[in-house]
Amino acid sequence: MDVDLIFKVAAIGILVAILHALLDQAGRKEAALMTTIVGLIVILLMVAREIVRLFDSIRSMFRI
Amino acid sequence: MEILQIVGLGIVAASFAVFLRNLRPEMALLVSLSAGMALILLAVPKISAVVSLISAYVNRTGVDPEYLSTILKIIGIAYITEFGAEICKDSGESAIASKIELGGKVIIIAMAVPIITSLIETITSIRP
Repeated sequence: MDVDLIFKVAAIGILVAILHALLDQAGRKEAALMTTIVGLIVILLMVAREIVRLFDSIRSMFRI
Repeated sequence: MEILQIVGLGIVAASFAVFLRNLRPEMALLVSLSAGMALILLAVPKISAVVSLISAYVNRTGVDPEYLSTILKIIGIAYITEFGAEICKDSGESAIASKIELGGKVIIIAMAVPIITSLIETITSIRP
């Protein structure tokens, strides 16, 4: 089910946010930026797969 | 009951989104997007049941099934357009949202043209 998708995305988001803040504190700005970008890409890939599944189900349902 | 699941899921996702909004705004957008999708996929089986029921009735009444399929397509397109436009509005990009809505309206009008022409033909044929 997609319930766990929400929690996965939220968990990764929180993790990346904390990592970003941590690395910022440590003064390594570019590493913080890198982790944010990587986290964003991972979440985008997961969400993109779910979007395709959602649009396919809508297309098959409304016979578009 | 599904409604409890839907409401609970929506509230949890909203709280995650609010929490992430000040830390990482782009993550909040992705959380709200995935929550929207999960909620819709919960409703999909109900919608498909209603759609098949309606098409069964329409086939029995002998109305041209082509009109029903057009109407269903228009509903589907309207829904997807609204889904995308709301996500863009949520993230503050109302300009993009209005462009998406414009595109959706144009496509729907383009699909409604055959129905409108057949309506006009039936009206003119009735005129004495």
